[in-house]
Amino acid sequence: MKRFLLPLALFFVLVAFLATGLRLDPREVSSPLVDKPAPAFQATVLARPEFILRRDDLLGKVWLLNVWASWCSACRVEHPVLIDFARRGGVPIYGLNYKDKREDGLGWLRQFGNPYRDSLFDPDGRIGIDYGVYGVPETFVIDSKGVIRYKHIGPVTPDVLRDTIEPLLRKLNA
Amino acid sequence: MHERLVRTLTRSARAVAMAFLMLVFIVPSSAVEAPAAAENPEIEARMMAVATELRCLVCQNQTIADSHAGLAEDLRRQIREMLAKGKSEREILDYMTERYGDFVLYRPPFKPATALLWIGPALLMAVALTALATVLRRRQRMSAEVFDPDTPDEEADDDAPR
Amino acid sequence: MIPELGHIILLLALGVALVQGVVPLAGAQRGRHDWIALARPTAYLQFVLVVLSFICLTASFVRHDFSVLYVASNSNSALPLPYRIAAVWGGHEGSLLLWVLMLNVWTVAVARFSRSLPQVFVARILAVLGLLAAGFLLFMLITSNPFERLLPAAADGRDLNPLLQDPGMVIHPPMLYMGYVGFSVAYAFAIAALIGGNLDAVWARWTRPWTSAAWIFLTFGIGLGSWWAYNELGWGGWWFWDPVENASFMPWLAGTALIHSLAVTEKRGSFKAWTVLLAILAFSLSLMGTFLVRSGVLSSVHAFATDPRRGLFILAFLVLVIGASLLLYAWRAPSVGLGQRFGIVSKESMLLVNNMLLAAACAAVLLGTLYPLFLDAMGMGKISVGPPYFDTVFVLMMAPLMLLMGVGPLMRWKNDELTGVARRLRWAFALAVVAALATGWVAGQVAPATTGGLVLAYWIMASIGVDLLERLRPRSGLGGSIVGRARLLPRAMVGMMIAHLGVALFAFGVAMVKTYGTERDVKMGPDSSTDLAGYHFRMVSVRNVDGPNYAAAQGLIEVSRDARVIAMLQPEKRIYRVQNNPMTEAAVDSNLLRDLYISMGEQLPTGEWVVRVQHKPFIALIWIGCLVMMFGGGLAASDRRYRSRLTRDAMLRPAVLGGRAR
Repeated sequence: MKRFLLPLALFFVLVAFLATGLRLDPREVSSPLVDKPAPAFQATVLARPEFILRRDDLLGKVWLLNVWASWCSACRVEHPVLIDFARRGGVPIYGLNYKDKREDGLGWLRQFGNPYRDSLFDPDGRIGIDYGVYGVPETFVIDSKGVIRYKHIGPVTPDVLRDTIEPLLRKLNA
Repeated sequence: MHERLVRTLTRSARAVAMAFLMLVFIVPSSAVEAPAAAENPEIEARMMAVATELRCLVCQNQTIADSHAGLAEDLRRQIREMLAKGKSEREILDYMTERYGDFVLYRPPFKPATALLWIGPALLMAVALTALATVLRRRQRMSAEVFDPDTPDEEADDDAPR
Repeated sequence: MIPELGHIILLLALGVALVQGVVPLAGAQRGRHDWIALARPTAYLQFVLVVLSFICLTASFVRHDFSVLYVASNSNSALPLPYRIAAVWGGHEGSLLLWVLMLNVWTVAVARFSRSLPQVFVARILAVLGLLAAGFLLFMLITSNPFERLLPAAADGRDLNPLLQDPGMVIHPPMLYMGYVGFSVAYAFAIAALIGGNLDAVWARWTRPWTSAAWIFLTFGIGLGSWWAYNELGWGGWWFWDPVENASFMPWLAGTALIHSLAVTEKRGSFKAWTVLLAILAFSLSLMGTFLVRSGVLSSVHAFATDPRRGLFILAFLVLVIGASLLLYAWRAPSVGLGQRFGIVSKESMLLVNNMLLAAACAAVLLGTLYPLFLDAMGMGKISVGPPYFDTVFVLMMAPLMLLMGVGPLMRWKNDELTGVARRLRWAFALAVVAALATGWVAGQVAPATTGGLVLAYWIMASIGVDLLERLRPRSGLGGSIVGRARLLPRAMVGMMIAHLGVALFAFGVAMVKTYGTERDVKMGPDSSTDLAGYHFRMVSVRNVDGPNYAAAQGLIEVSRDARVIAMLQPEKRIYRVQNNPMTEAAVDSNLLRDLYISMGEQLPTGEWVVRVQHKPFIALIWIGCLVMMFGGGLAASDRRYRSRLTRDAMLRPAVLGGRAR
């Protein structure tokens, strides 16, 4: 008569999954681009419209790509963290100014500080699509061979920086 | 002299005003045929067909066809461009999954991880029906004592007449 | 004052619920009649207390008391009165109070209408319901108190989500909850019978009307939700297989299976263990639906504001209730008798095949809904399972069931043969095929999948026709007119036919609208027009209107056919002031044969508006089908054999009552 215990057994399996589910965020979408080459781009730089930056220009060094916009309120939250990181030197941060106006972006950087070596200007969001950007801010860690090693969704907090990003940067630079 | 000039000017002004008013107010009797909202309705229709297969990552519970989010509009534009270049639906869906992962597909791809999902329903139906058949056949073979004695049906007219 | 009063009353209600849950149950075990007698009074008392608490919360909304956090989050000073009342169940905390209120409504209904049942049995039922109420009250008081204060009080509220500011919203959740929660009665009947060991055919007869009643409400609630989404969301869709929609649909599928399974158990006293399991599962699915909506485990438009702590509590509650029930089942079910025997080919078997198909369909919906969670929990990435999957899978599973719906009712009880049934139905099948092809041809296109769906719909209708013909034919001993013979048909049977007809209408509507629906997106300014499906749409004007809590651009569109004006439709694009979100208010001209659906999109820089015009043939049948299903169910539940008194039960042969646990 063990088969009458089958419903209970199946139920416990279900509960195990539901319990695990409580600790997950169904809305967070992990990137399929991790461990794949960073998509090629070719765009003008925010401060200098005549200068074009390409992905291959950045080969040979580890760098961060931070997606931001002047209309993004969460970006303001993470900005001090990035400014501080840039000030300490080390790995360069390049910005991707996403679906913004040039003057608005520059004005925002003037007002809140500029941690970026340069910011790519992506008014139509096409580079964003290639990088699978679906929300702002997002941050990518790209190694010296041009491979994306990590993507962080949402503002970079000091904890994330200390516990995830910086150890990874140290490993890549070693 | 002055007077005649003024009179001519006034009459001209009135004529111009009348002509203007006539042009503005006497509209043609048949209404104008509304143009399609999309530049290319055929591509638009195909775009919407592809877009209903894709999930909007911002709203997350709408398709890219229905969502008003900025990203959804950008992706719809992207799909239109790709269709105009002659890409197939399969190529467009691959393009999206390369960038956003399988999450963006509302029709889960058939791969080892989703095999159970696609085979599951048929399997469940087969298992259920087989289990029933087994139980019924087993009961057929049992002797009558195991069962309750038959009682004549109280609502005998429940069955249609033979 | 009033919020504090409401809060205290809830605490009292919890106390009463605990007494209601524990004392009669213990009394039933020990034969203490004074304890058993407490069941009804405590049930009535809890009901009164919960109603009073609900009134307190409603009063806070009506009085614009923004010092109550829940009111401030879901209301606004400009919100019209009906929506202020609907806002009571617009958020998580208030909807829980609605849950408990509905549970109490069902409980007092059971208390009131169970005089002819054994009192020990009733005591157990009311006790189980009391324990469930206690669980929800505890959940509310610990994690989700609707009366929590916001100090200092907000100057004004954040307004009710504009999507919910619609008449449908006022009635959809209460009806849905009446259904959801109503399955707790069948559940309580099952648990009481497992505990007491009196699981038999008579038990099935008692349980059936309660199950049907819950099922009717759930059908209504789901149908309303779908109809409301169609009218309110502005894109013309009516079902999205959203996790929360699925969460209400799964109990419906299980409940439908349960109704049919109870028929077998009532007739033959057999498959009692399966029926009891179904009763437990139907309510378990309701509970799990509650979990899914409020825990943040799945992403859904319907999901309430989530909090993992709440999710944990509900999960613990789920484990307790369902775990204990399934344990009780595993313990007691083996000793339940087999009932009477019946042939492999018989109406009983057909009903059980129906059960297998419905159970498999329900499991498939569960699989699809939870699969993303399964994969994510195992670290295998994130996927989405949406309409393309469910539409395919569900329709394929329903096809055999619909085929069966034409066969089962014509099969005889206990023993029959397939050839005989096939012979009686061959013309019905032929007619169905011809009708389906003809329909496709008239509509302009014969599509294979659609024809399949139409064949199934017509098949069910034709089968009902055959059934009626056979029963209303004059035969010996039963003279008189057709009307006279029709009056003799048992209500339960007529109800079944009507309910099945409802399913056929539903399927017909779905097939037609999905295949032959058309739409067009155009840019419209004043006096521009477009044509669709033989109708002429001319935009007359667009003007700005002000609503109580929104500003809108309202279009006036003249709809005509053959130069005769049929309707003047007024779609709107609204901006609700408080939350500043835009909303499309579609305008629909509806009749039995088709809906004309107009919605306004964006305004272009030229001043013109993007307007989408849709022609939806026979879509009304989807909801009429639901109503017909409900009517059939109601008719069946009101059959006089369910309104029997003690005398009738006493007249039953001991043999039928003898299927007790050994």
